[in-house]
Amino acid sequence: MDFLKRYLLPRLIQYLVVIVVGITLVFLIPRLSPVDPVQQLINTIRMQGTYLDPQAAEKLTETLKDLYGLKGSLLQQYLAFWKRLLRGDFGPSLFQFPVPVVSLIKASLPWTAGLLTVSTILSWIIGNILGGLAGFFYQKRWAKFLENFAMVIRPIPYYIFSLILLVVFAYLLKLFPLGGGFSIGMRVPFSWSFVLDILRHAFLPALSMVVLGSAVWLQTMRLIVSNVIREDFVVYAKNGGLKRGTIVFKYVMRNAMLPQVTGLALSMGQIFSGALITEIVFSYPGLGTLLYNAINTGDYNLIMGITALSIIGISTLILLIDLLYPIFDPRVRYK
Amino acid sequence: MNLLKDLLRDGKFKFGFITLCILLFLVILSFFSPYKPTMWNVTPRDLPPSLKHIFGTNSQGQDIFWQTTFAIRNSLIIASIAALFSRIIAIIIGLVAGYRGGRMDRVLMSINDSFLVLPLFPILILVSTLIKGRLSFVSLGLILGVFGWAWDARVIRSQILSLREREFTFTAILSGSKTLHLVFKEYLPFVIPIIFSTIINNMSWAIGMEITLAILGLTNLEIPTLGTMLHWAISYQAMLLGLWWWLLTPVVISVFLFVSLYLLSVSISEYLDPRTRIQRIGIAKE
Repeated sequence: MDFLKRYLLPRLIQYLVVIVVGITLVFLIPRLSPVDPVQQLINTIRMQGTYLDPQAAEKLTETLKDLYGLKGSLLQQYLAFWKRLLRGDFGPSLFQFPVPVVSLIKASLPWTAGLLTVSTILSWIIGNILGGLAGFFYQKRWAKFLENFAMVIRPIPYYIFSLILLVVFAYLLKLFPLGGGFSIGMRVPFSWSFVLDILRHAFLPALSMVVLGSAVWLQTMRLIVSNVIREDFVVYAKNGGLKRGTIVFKYVMRNAMLPQVTGLALSMGQIFSGALITEIVFSYPGLGTLLYNAINTGDYNLIMGITALSIIGISTLILLIDLLYPIFDPRVRYK
Repeated sequence: MNLLKDLLRDGKFKFGFITLCILLFLVILSFFSPYKPTMWNVTPRDLPPSLKHIFGTNSQGQDIFWQTTFAIRNSLIIASIAALFSRIIAIIIGLVAGYRGGRMDRVLMSINDSFLVLPLFPILILVSTLIKGRLSFVSLGLILGVFGWAWDARVIRSQILSLREREFTFTAILSGSKTLHLVFKEYLPFVIPIIFSTIINNMSWAIGMEITLAILGLTNLEIPTLGTMLHWAISYQAMLLGLWWWLLTPVVISVFLFVSLYLLSVSISEYLDPRTRIQRIGIAKE
């Protein structure tokens, strides 16, 4: 009971706050901006050469206002916005009319979810192990090399790094396909070659996320470990003649891992943003590419839907990581 | 001057500083450019690098070298606007939350944490699709500023929290100084070093975001920045046409820019942290 009150409740409250702040932002931004999305849409339709007589335009404006929930006072709009959101209703996509936004998102979500989970977990594990080793054996040459490597890789933004990988491995060396999630015409029923094809297409996007991600984890881990190895219990273990491997993995890393779990929860939003950007570079058929197409066609509804859903999805993910924390740290469990 | 000498003892700082100086020199050169950055077809198209056009020319008939000088300048201006603006928000939120404490602190920090964990990229896209076209680089800087303050506000707050417990706070309060005076005259000097080391990180984040938004075509594409240069190179299929110099120049320049900014910030924050500074002096003496 105490555990619930002390650990679980604050996290649940923060979870709700994040969602409320995020969704409120999504609600307010279009209303604060000088551009009227309805008018903008009608202009786009006009520019495409469709003639709208004033009456039809009036009617269209009404329908769109209804669709965007732009009727009534700001508070009424806000409540209506939440109501639609909770029903999972984001309206139809405007440029693939009348496919609902939700079903478009559903189609591309598995790709993003797969890429994101695999690369996040891989980079977290690789980065932490390498960082732990580099921090423990900080005088070795390879440790210094790893550290410098991470330092140069880390500041490069996702887009540039993916672009470099794409140019080198796909254009110049032609080892991997230029983009997409699978070869065209490969949609045969489940087979090994299909799985291989999917892996081949996912390799470069995953590689760029894993390399960039591990560089960050490596650096933070190394920093934490360099503090942990000065603790008494590590000195004692060393003097007691324990094997180096045991000290690193059982004593040092387990202690240093805890802030890294919190770090993972904190940086999930950034990692997700990075995944979207990486997908755009490799035209990987996930949410990022969907977002890119939405930008190019001005599909405002779709952008809104993706943004709202990613806010909810990411905060849920963060909550899950936070709830896993007691597994790593027995002190939280028993106190 | 002594400070600079101390900092230059560190290899990381030296590399970052020299690279940044070269880039800043390019920025100064942009004022003497023979071409206007927004004009097309001022040079022959698609020329490979040569003595006359050091970095070659692109399919829009622009000289890439001079274009790059403008791009670095504009990217740095956007980043500075974003960094300054977000610094103002971060300082205010951090000072208020740290000093007032209690309920105010909890409310401000839970909003702060939401900004910290939210996936900002889709939200930024939502903002910039709506004001697409009207996005001058000042407003782009301001928008990036609105989203870039959360982490630094937290850092400043924690600093203030520890300052609040120090003796001089009680002395100041008991001798009747006003809250504003206390916060700005007594606390701010302690916080300024952290603000400086975070400002560089924030700038490099802003440049990265600008590049991404520009490649997606969400900023004003007529102003040359590192992002818009990449945008045009990619949308003209520079790589497929074999115009590698067009794509390579902004990529290499931005990698150098990011790495040098990062090394500077790492080196400065190591210098500011007394524990690592002692290590560093130790190394220098050996």
